[in-house]
Amino acid sequence: MFFSMLSEAWHAMSANRLRTFLTMLGMVIGVGAVVLMMAIGEGAQQAIKRSIDSMGSNLFVVLSGSSSTSGSRSGSGNSSALNINDANAIGDLDDIGAIAPISTGNAQIIYSGSNWNTSIVGTTPSYFSIRGWNVDSGNLFTDADIRSASRVALVGKTVVENVFGDDIDPIGKTIRIKKSPFLIVGVLEGKGQSFDGRDQDDTIIVPITTAQRKLFGNQIPGSVRMIMAQAKSEKYMGVAEDAINDLVRQRHNIRENTESDFSVRNLTAMAKTASDTAKTMSMLLGAIASISLLVGGIGIMNIMLVSVTERTREIGIRMAIGAREKDILLQFLLEACVISIVGCVIGVGLGLGGALLVKKMVGAEILISMQSIVLAFSVAASVGVFFGYYPASKAAKLHPIEALRYQ
Amino acid sequence: MTKPVIEIAGLYKDYDTPAGVFPVLKDVNLTIDAGDYVAIMGPSGSGKSTFMNILGCLDRPTKGEYKLDGQSVKSLNGNELAKLRNKTIGFVFQGFNLLSRSSLLDNVSLPLVYASDNKSLRDEKSKKLLEKVGLGQYLNSKPNQISGGQQQRVAIARALVNQPRIILADEPTGNLDSKTSEEIMDLFNALNKEGITIIVVTHENDIADHASRQIRFLDGKIVEDRRNKKIKAEA
Ligand SMILES: Nc1ncnc2c1ncn2[C@@H]1O[C@H](COP(=O)(O)OP(=O)(O)OP(=O)(O)O)[C@@H](O)[C@H]1O
Ligand SMILES: [Mg+2]
Repeated sequence: MFFSMLSEAWHAMSANRLRTFLTMLGMVIGVGAVVLMMAIGEGAQQAIKRSIDSMGSNLFVVLSGSSSTSGSRSGSGNSSALNINDANAIGDLDDIGAIAPISTGNAQIIYSGSNWNTSIVGTTPSYFSIRGWNVDSGNLFTDADIRSASRVALVGKTVVENVFGDDIDPIGKTIRIKKSPFLIVGVLEGKGQSFDGRDQDDTIIVPITTAQRKLFGNQIPGSVRMIMAQAKSEKYMGVAEDAINDLVRQRHNIRENTESDFSVRNLTAMAKTASDTAKTMSMLLGAIASISLLVGGIGIMNIMLVSVTERTREIGIRMAIGAREKDILLQFLLEACVISIVGCVIGVGLGLGGALLVKKMVGAEILISMQSIVLAFSVAASVGVFFGYYPASKAAKLHPIEALRYQ
Repeated sequence: MTKPVIEIAGLYKDYDTPAGVFPVLKDVNLTIDAGDYVAIMGPSGSGKSTFMNILGCLDRPTKGEYKLDGQSVKSLNGNELAKLRNKTIGFVFQGFNLLSRSSLLDNVSLPLVYASDNKSLRDEKSKKLLEKVGLGQYLNSKPNQISGGQQQRVAIARALVNQPRIILADEPTGNLDSKTSEEIMDLFNALNKEGITIIVVTHENDIADHASRQIRFLDGKIVEDRRNKKIKAEA
């Protein structure tokens, strides 16, 4: 019974191919858009989640320069208000677990003919534990390297790729950073993109003392560009932020109601904002795509209403030879569902294809979850039932004689 | 004596029109025995089709009693009426009423679909009936590929496919020439010989002469009901 009705639905649809195709197209586009948008949205969310995980947890960054007028006054991180003693004092706060002072800059590096411009980070070994960053091969540098300001360097994946290529093991090699030779002691494991889109692996990390003396000369001794501080746990984040502010203001002798010459940024909060934004974006994309699904559903309803009117006589004939109300209802409902489900199958295929294309062309991260496909299918089936029901029940409620008389 | 299949008592049918209530059938009383062959005649607009539709459970009377096989139709719901139309009654229309998109085989099978027979059984039964009405070689043709007389044969095959006990035919030969009409009537005669009760509406005496009983409607009432003395022999 069901199968013969299904094949009848198929026949009815193939009797009017162009119309069926156009109706289906609405569904195809709707489902395709939902699948594509969800793939992009979820991909973006995943990328952000991964970069947040790669950042380290419960982090603050203390930058020199004021936060509110950073651009016009000095540019944050540009003045040399922070120094190594500030860093150590922050490290002594009760709520802070670890700190790492950081000096950064860009430099040209050279290795036997290849050269590469990358960011140089000077810091202490605690930086690696704060950020949960380890070496892929070789070793991290140690506190002894800090004390002796030794010329050792850790290189990120991107640097290795661009300077050494696949064949050369960089460990034990000497590179020149701003002309000074550095011995590579380790290769850092890959971190991927940061949530603001930088490639975290395009970097070289050296002891902070070496960086200050050999690479970024002409600085006030002991000054640092920023201080990374990690709260003992998430619940101390609020208190720790205030404590850092109070402490550094006091150390810098800043009077009340005057602006600070530094700023404290809660990276965890910023990351959360970024991930919330991504989530909102992906929901928005999904919502917009769903509207096209709705429009597709309305298209189905429209065509089914036309179809019921056109086939009034057929309905009368069927009733005259023994079709029950529910047989007629099922017939038209089935037709609507077949249109929407076939449209959905094509739409899922198209959406997946589109997602792969986006990945290839734009390089955006995409994530195709089973969930989104199941969702698309169930929505399409419900759209078929929902928008098919009214026309179908209209058909089923026809009076046999009036339907037979219909011209 | 055979027992009655159709018992009609005090039957009325009104139509609600914009101009008010319009009575079409007025106190119709009729009993038809199983295996009878009845011709219904009367001028246009006298209510013959209206009456047939009620007999065929396609419409309900405004007032009065209609018993089919001793069962009052009034108490039946939509599904039960559909079942009667499917199994007990076969309807043949003046305009054939075939599904133009479906093959002849599928047209004949349609009542079996609603009787929930499976596909192979449906095809087998339908094929046998199309052969019986002489269209065995057209199983997969579409209705518009055959003549009117042949289409009416298909419609008869469809009416017969669920082995109904009553055939209702409303001007089955109205669209056909006299020779084709005779062929159709021969088919009805043969079916009646098999024991099927046949009720035919017609305007033509020639056609009515095949029946053993003739009933005349005038203005919504039965004005004549007689046994036919000179039943037409089969051609
Ligand atoms: N749905 C309807 N609404 C209103 N009036 C109707 C309806 N159906 C039929 N009638 C009226 O009922 C009367 C009887 O119609 P019916 O079709 O039963 O006549 P008939 O005897 O079959 O005529 P014919 O020989 O022309 O087929 C006609 O006057 C017709 O106008
Ligand atoms: Mg009539």
